[in-house]
Amino acid sequence: MKDVQTHLSRLEAEAIEIMREVVSEAENPVMLYSVGKDSAVMLHLAKKAFYPSPPPFPLMHVDTTWKFQEMYKLRDRAAKDAGMELIVHQNPEAKEKGINPFDHGALHTDMWKTEGLKQALDKHGFDAAFGGARRDEEKSRAKERVFSFRTAQHRWEPKAQRPELWSLYNARKAKGESMRVFPISNWTELDIWQYIHLEGIEIVPLYFAAPRPTVERDGLILMVDDDRFPLEPGEKPVMRSIRFRTLGCYPLTGAVQSEAATLTDVIQEMLLTTTSERQGRAIDKDQGASMEVKKQQGYF
Amino acid sequence: MTDQVYKTDALIAQDIDAYLESHQNKSLLRFITCGSVDDGKSTLIGRLLYDSKMIFEDQLAQLEADSKKVGTQGQEIDFALLVDGLAAEREQGITIDVAYRFFATEKRKFIVADTPGHEQYTRNMVTGASTAELAVILIDARKGVLTQTRRHSYLCHLLGIKNIVLAINKMDLVDYDQATFDTIVADFTEFASSIGIADFTAIPISGFKGDNIAAHSDATSWYSGPTLMAHLEDVDLDQNTSATQEFRMPVQWVNRPNLDFRGFSGKIAAGTIKPGDEVRILPSGKTSHVDRIVTYDGDLDSATAGQSITLTLKDEVDCSRGQVITAAPAPLEVADQFETTLIWMDEEALMPGRSYYLKIGAQTVSSTVAEPKYQINVNTLEHAAAKTLELNAIGVVTVTTDRDIPFAPYAENRTLGGFILIDKMTNATVGAGLINFALRRAQNIYWQATDITRDHHANLKNQKPAVLWMTGLSGSGKSTIANAVEKKLARMNRHTFLLDGDNLRHGLNKDLGFSDADRIENIRRVGEVAKLMTDAGLIVITAFISPFRSERQMVRDMMSPSEFVEVFVDTPLSVAEERDVKGLYAKARSGQLKNFTGIDSPYEAPETPEIHIDTTAMSIDDAAEQIVKLLEPN
Repeated sequence: MKDVQTHLSRLEAEAIEIMREVVSEAENPVMLYSVGKDSAVMLHLAKKAFYPSPPPFPLMHVDTTWKFQEMYKLRDRAAKDAGMELIVHQNPEAKEKGINPFDHGALHTDMWKTEGLKQALDKHGFDAAFGGARRDEEKSRAKERVFSFRTAQHRWEPKAQRPELWSLYNARKAKGESMRVFPISNWTELDIWQYIHLEGIEIVPLYFAAPRPTVERDGLILMVDDDRFPLEPGEKPVMRSIRFRTLGCYPLTGAVQSEAATLTDVIQEMLLTTTSERQGRAIDKDQGASMEVKKQQGYF
Repeated sequence: MTDQVYKTDALIAQDIDAYLESHQNKSLLRFITCGSVDDGKSTLIGRLLYDSKMIFEDQLAQLEADSKKVGTQGQEIDFALLVDGLAAEREQGITIDVAYRFFATEKRKFIVADTPGHEQYTRNMVTGASTAELAVILIDARKGVLTQTRRHSYLCHLLGIKNIVLAINKMDLVDYDQATFDTIVADFTEFASSIGIADFTAIPISGFKGDNIAAHSDATSWYSGPTLMAHLEDVDLDQNTSATQEFRMPVQWVNRPNLDFRGFSGKIAAGTIKPGDEVRILPSGKTSHVDRIVTYDGDLDSATAGQSITLTLKDEVDCSRGQVITAAPAPLEVADQFETTLIWMDEEALMPGRSYYLKIGAQTVSSTVAEPKYQINVNTLEHAAAKTLELNAIGVVTVTTDRDIPFAPYAENRTLGGFILIDKMTNATVGAGLINFALRRAQNIYWQATDITRDHHANLKNQKPAVLWMTGLSGSGKSTIANAVEKKLARMNRHTFLLDGDNLRHGLNKDLGFSDADRIENIRRVGEVAKLMTDAGLIVITAFISPFRSERQMVRDMMSPSEFVEVFVDTPLSVAEERDVKGLYAKARSGQLKNFTGIDSPYEAPETPEIHIDTTAMSIDDAAEQIVKLLEPN
């Protein structure tokens, strides 16, 4: 970005610095790619950080097989456009057991995402994994480091975090240990949207309102994205104009009713809204400390 | 009080494009809040988030529920709960770790480092202060300037924060009394000038009630200064200062997509650069001119401090990660020994003489830290003698690096003068340092090689130098095996020298005892001697207990790659004690000999030695043969 004085250009410069540091210090880095808007920003930043070289690491999607169809489409195209290798990992055990969000509740996230991620990192021997987590998302994230050290068992030890001073990141680790690295730690949801707007970054169309087939479950509006969605007897999907503020597994991601069909409309709506981003995610609805527990176990 | 002066809903609703346009031009300020729970720090931050509309309805609902359950404000909203994140902290009601919060107003985005104020968390406060441009120091109006106020102010000043805000909080509990406010300001002024804080801004506030946070309070009509929010929005940024300095950019990464492009990527630490500018690369001292400033968004006509860029140069000069590209007419100083202020951050105390990694800019080097000149009491600021630095201690120490590094004093530039120390064994970040000045300047930054190099020395002897480092318990057989190895090598016409622990302690190391610190210094000196001998082309055989992994690693790091051969002479303690050739174990057991390895001083066995000799299963000759075999290619 050309104007160095703005907050977005400073956040961008910081993220680029972090990415270059990882590539210089890690042996085998990877960028986790979830196809959401934060991932889109991460990928864009990676292109900028290493230009004119392509980003010197692969993209990896830890897939649950339950993402929205439109996410899969964009995923494949985005990786190709960036000239990067795309690794897709699906936990074979979860696949075999047919783990799904309708029948297995919390086990779904644990098996597909938490366990799947650990398997994938071990399988490829990645010692540094970029993630798009932000400190403003959730209280325990507010205290996580940019370079977040994980034990050989992928555990996060909140009490043994390394102090992080200036922009000096300590990436040293023993064999088997790894780092999760969060270059956009200091961005907020609004920063992400403004940056997408300013840089013209492509995001999944699901972020924009359109008529989509939906049902209502436990106060969440869910989209019936494919025929695996178990409808109740007599239940019929209703067309509603909806969009998503956050994207995950379609049966776990609540939509908001909205008419915001363009990027500026979405930002406008977001600015005027009164509920926080994670409210649409079933995974965070437990007690205040639940994310801390999940992270200790290895969830991103 | 919360009349939402930052309410911008009207503009957002009417003209979102205009809104976005104006918000793309916001600046960014990072600040730190210092104070303890009692000062209302978390409450203040919660209030800033609330007043700038960063709290959503669902969060507010959760907050209201939490406030009733575990809050400390009765039925009122406890803003502190909003920011106390980790479960351990919520239970204990204290803020243990550094947390980062975000809010934005019309003019600026803010990143707040929320850090604990107790003395045992100095480490965390220093961490938060390292990236802050402004500090909000909280004072409880009922209590005035306390020891901790002085500690917080000193640490912020030490870490180079130029903008200090004295937020005199809980004014509602002293009936908004101006005299109380004035007394505190006078007290603080006296202290501040004594430690070199030239200027500060004092604001009477109530985080709980919201007075003078976002809007002026009617209750303090005697106060005509800015509100806290207005001050945060208007204060001058550090980036404006660093942009006016000479150009400096540590090289993070060499960008080589193909043979035709070679760029140097980094974030500009100071100054401005344009194509055509002459630059000097440090520490090599080579010069060239900037060809292009390459970014994804196209080439730039100029770039300035804070930007992440890629430079290409007109000449094919050597430049790699860790080197610093500087303005040619005004390069940085280069040195390998420094007076520094060191903040210790690890449970395990500083070990003077031990080798630690030192990371500064984009460079990681080996370093040793001398015994502190003195320790600084963060409460009284008095100097006290110290042998080491414990967790949270601050001291002035001499740091020596194993090579020349370009630097600027910390007070001049944080990026070029701030460093961290990393433990070589645990990889933990154990210390944070600020370079005050160089103690030994590099004689000549334009490197002059001596005509007869170490390669010449080695070639004349027709061999490759090496260090065969025997380590093991006393009585394990190190000296015996070393002697056998040297005899075999002599028969092969190899030029060798045997350094023996006992023998060196009669001369070079006669001033050293057997404390941990002396053992470290003993090994350091042996390492230096061995290094000189390998420079002279010799194969060096050493026989020292050398009980600590770190020191063996330190010696390994001194040598060229693959020159260091660690030989673990593995004899179980019971066997060595039974042999007891010198009668030392008996003395140690009877208490006549202190700090004896294996008895009352630890031995850290090598984890991956090049050679592992089990003396209970192998003869001396076989052991020597195995070692010599490894050296045959030499």
